[in-house]
Amino acid sequence: MSVYGFLPYALTAWLFGWGLYGIVSSRNWVHLCICLAIVQSSTYVLLLGIGYRLGAAAPVFAQFSASTAAVDPVVQALMLTDIVVEATVVALLLALAVRAHQSTGSLDPSASCEMRG
Amino acid sequence: MSGGARAVLAGLGIAGVVFVILWGAVDLPAVGHYLGPYGDVVTPLAVFARHSTDAVSAVNFDFRGIDTLGEEFILFTSVLGVTLLLRQSEEGAKGEGESEDRAQGRPTPSTGDAVRSFGSGMVGLLVLFGTYMVTHGTVTPGGGFQGGVILATVPLLVYLSSSAEIFERIAPRRLVEAGESAGAFGYVLVGLFGVIAGVEFLRNVVPLGKTGTLTGGGTTVLLNLTVGLEVATGFVLLMLAFVDEALQRRRRAQR
Amino acid sequence: MWLVPFPVLVPLGVAAILAAPGRHMPRRLADGIALSAAGFNLIACWVLLAHARIQPIVYWFGGWVPKGGVAIGIDFAVDPLGAGFGALSSALVLAGLVFSLRYFDSVGAMFHALMLVFLAALCGFALTGDLFDLFVFFELMSAAAFALCGYKSEELGPIQGALNFAVSNTVGAFLILIGIGLLYGHTGALNFAQLSRTLVAPDRVAVAALVLICSGLLVKAAAVPFHFWLPDAHAVAPTPVCILFSGVMVEAGLLGVARILGAVMSHPLHDVLPHLRAILVVLGAITAAVGGLMCFAQRHLKRMLAFSTVSHAGIMLAGVGALTGPALGGAALYVLGHGLVKSALFLCAGIVLHRYRTVDEIELIGRGRGNPRLGMMFGLGGLALAGLPPVANYFGEAKLDDALRPLGLHGATWVFAAAAVLTGGTVLRVTARIFLGVGPKQEDIPDVGGMHTENPETRPSPHTPFSMWFPPAVLLAAAFALPLLFDLRAAAEAQAHRVLDTAGLAAHVLRGAPMALELHDQPVHPPSLARAVVICALALLLATVTLGRRHLPRPIRVLGAALAAALEAIRKLHSGHIGDDIAWLTFGVAAFGTACIVLLR
Repeated sequence: MSVYGFLPYALTAWLFGWGLYGIVSSRNWVHLCICLAIVQSSTYVLLLGIGYRLGAAAPVFAQFSASTAAVDPVVQALMLTDIVVEATVVALLLALAVRAHQSTGSLDPSASCEMRG
Repeated sequence: MSGGARAVLAGLGIAGVVFVILWGAVDLPAVGHYLGPYGDVVTPLAVFARHSTDAVSAVNFDFRGIDTLGEEFILFTSVLGVTLLLRQSEEGAKGEGESEDRAQGRPTPSTGDAVRSFGSGMVGLLVLFGTYMVTHGTVTPGGGFQGGVILATVPLLVYLSSSAEIFERIAPRRLVEAGESAGAFGYVLVGLFGVIAGVEFLRNVVPLGKTGTLTGGGTTVLLNLTVGLEVATGFVLLMLAFVDEALQRRRRAQR
Repeated sequence: MWLVPFPVLVPLGVAAILAAPGRHMPRRLADGIALSAAGFNLIACWVLLAHARIQPIVYWFGGWVPKGGVAIGIDFAVDPLGAGFGALSSALVLAGLVFSLRYFDSVGAMFHALMLVFLAALCGFALTGDLFDLFVFFELMSAAAFALCGYKSEELGPIQGALNFAVSNTVGAFLILIGIGLLYGHTGALNFAQLSRTLVAPDRVAVAALVLICSGLLVKAAAVPFHFWLPDAHAVAPTPVCILFSGVMVEAGLLGVARILGAVMSHPLHDVLPHLRAILVVLGAITAAVGGLMCFAQRHLKRMLAFSTVSHAGIMLAGVGALTGPALGGAALYVLGHGLVKSALFLCAGIVLHRYRTVDEIELIGRGRGNPRLGMMFGLGGLALAGLPPVANYFGEAKLDDALRPLGLHGATWVFAAAAVLTGGTVLRVTARIFLGVGPKQEDIPDVGGMHTENPETRPSPHTPFSMWFPPAVLLAAAFALPLLFDLRAAAEAQAHRVLDTAGLAAHVLRGAPMALELHDQPVHPPSLARAVVICALALLLATVTLGRRHLPRPIRVLGAALAAALEAIRKLHSGHIGDDIAWLTFGVAAFGTACIVLLR
């Protein structure tokens, strides 16, 4: 596999790793949500990379014939689901972060360790 | 655990995870050489059997329609959850007597005339564009989800360029909640057309129109509309939930 | 079979209708509608179970049947394991809704809507035959669960629990998604049957995808070290929600692992199957041990029950990971028994919270003296956790024990026995403390701080209402009665063989070829009755020794103190900080991945 053929997979791993590191070392719940979004974007890169075809068109045939080579529409549909899932999870997490701030006055995860042991 | 121990543990862990992903990806086909049968089987079916020139929409709402039902309900559930989580108890939130919706410690300039007129002007354009996206889902890239999000930005634009009261007036909570439930239930209902006709759920039993026009796609068109309604109202409800907290404080201060 | 999608559609549709008036719907109406929907689901899943016993039902959505071995649409491949799981979920949702009928503070119909969406997601997860659809229902289940966990959003505890839960499970979901991407890139298929047809040789992509998808599912299934979110979430979620978490949500993760391993991976990994078995059974044993020890150390009733769920999930994971018909059948029986018993115990803890306004074991000493009915349910539940015959999980554990012996993994069953002793003994200890008033007034393991109780979630009432004590009584009775009424052992094993029959299942799903049903002769003697009785006796002994430790001779007391100190170290690791949880999560994935890569190449 050439370097360019592997690059998106390497990018996936890179984003995944750094996003996870951000989550582990985070000191702010909103920052943590954004790091989760970064981890999620690594999945977008992977899915779209898998479905891509060099020199092919988008799978929309409004202006050219249906027999033109096209990239995979299934991964794009999967990615759509993925985006909706991410948006909704981030919404829930941000709502919880708002509540955490109301309760403790701080957005630091270390301030909400009431349950332990 | 101390921060240092946590960093070491996480460092080992992340290195391992990254290694697993890369190790597995080495044997994948190189990017740009998609091999698999699924996409190639589905694309001609979308155009010829389902009269939809946008294959992604056809995959979303026809071939994998039950996935999209689940996805739509994930949005529905999250909106419900956020509304539930941010609900204000009757005893009231910790009232600090703030009578303005603003960040603490920072003066907020009032919205200028230019912002207000630009915002109002953009509203019409955005509604048009959003509706175009939703209805042309089977013809060009777009669809219920994409168009719905654009439509949802309209009340947000009003909130940002004018004031929260006007935002509440154009998006009354009861109407928006009813719209969201209608969108969610509408998807199930359209899918049930197939069951009523004696075949499987989500079967395309509505007459398929002409390929490349607004009517091409059968049930896909109807599903696009229901999803567009649900997504738009869902995101408006999310905004209402987040803004509500500040608005309630203001209303209490005014009383 | 037109009924197949309805266990998913009916709760979703009803939830959409319930959410429209939102918080303005009258409570009685919301209760009635939700109970009817859950009841319908129970009946529908039961009917599907009966039909699927003969042949798995395959239902292609949108009418898109496979062409040339390529699956175009999404299917629901209903087998008795999936339909049974759906029935168990419906029963538990029904029990939870009945429990919350009176006194539970619900915001209009929104609680009911979320419970119904949760039910729909569980049923969809259990019935689906498509990998990405599995992920979508997994996320739907998670979204409803996060919202339900943080329900009591005015207090900090539920917020912390919901946040830890949400972040951990979302990272798990991303791991699954990367695994799905790898598999799709390699095979171009998303349908389980088609994947098993296409994956014919073990290769790197299959192993890497296995590691990632299983790790993500094991986060949901609370295997150590992915388990840190579970006790935090259980201790603060409302009681009707806790029973769903412990009874079916954790087990859903295990069902997903069973599907991935059984339907997709067991064929390409045939040569290295013993290594995979060993990895998963060892993981199960570690989980059982850590869960049992941490359970013993708790004084917060719900947190204690949560750790016992972790422990039992380890036992179930070993059953799933052993990848043979008898083992998987044993795990299925264990899921049934554990789900019913644990739910009954959580509901009893909810009654304790309702009557005595606390769930702190030390504060509750002797307060339950006038409540023999609740005490008996608690005691019976504790013995059932230890595996008192003829409860369903006793049969499950016995089957698992028999299944692991020929595989050379019998050492693990000693760990499982110890875990059952620890968890059962802890519940018996709690019963004696609360309802008999015996035992020292200080905790058994040194404290490491943290919350010991939660705020009451119901309005007070002088007596326990019928709607509160009836569901746990029925669930406990069902746990004991079901194995006696139906011959579950043979049925579970036969159907488990089918789940693992990759080639047969693929042919049935893609071409409609009928599947064979093997029925093995049942052993003549009742399974391991002596072993179960010994475990129950040891559990009683543990409870007695812990409560009467002041009267023990000195050397034993010194030994006990040393063990307590060791336990305190493990407790300190459970810091409740999300950074720690995710650090352990990544370390677990890395360790699991390394083991698989080294042993499965």
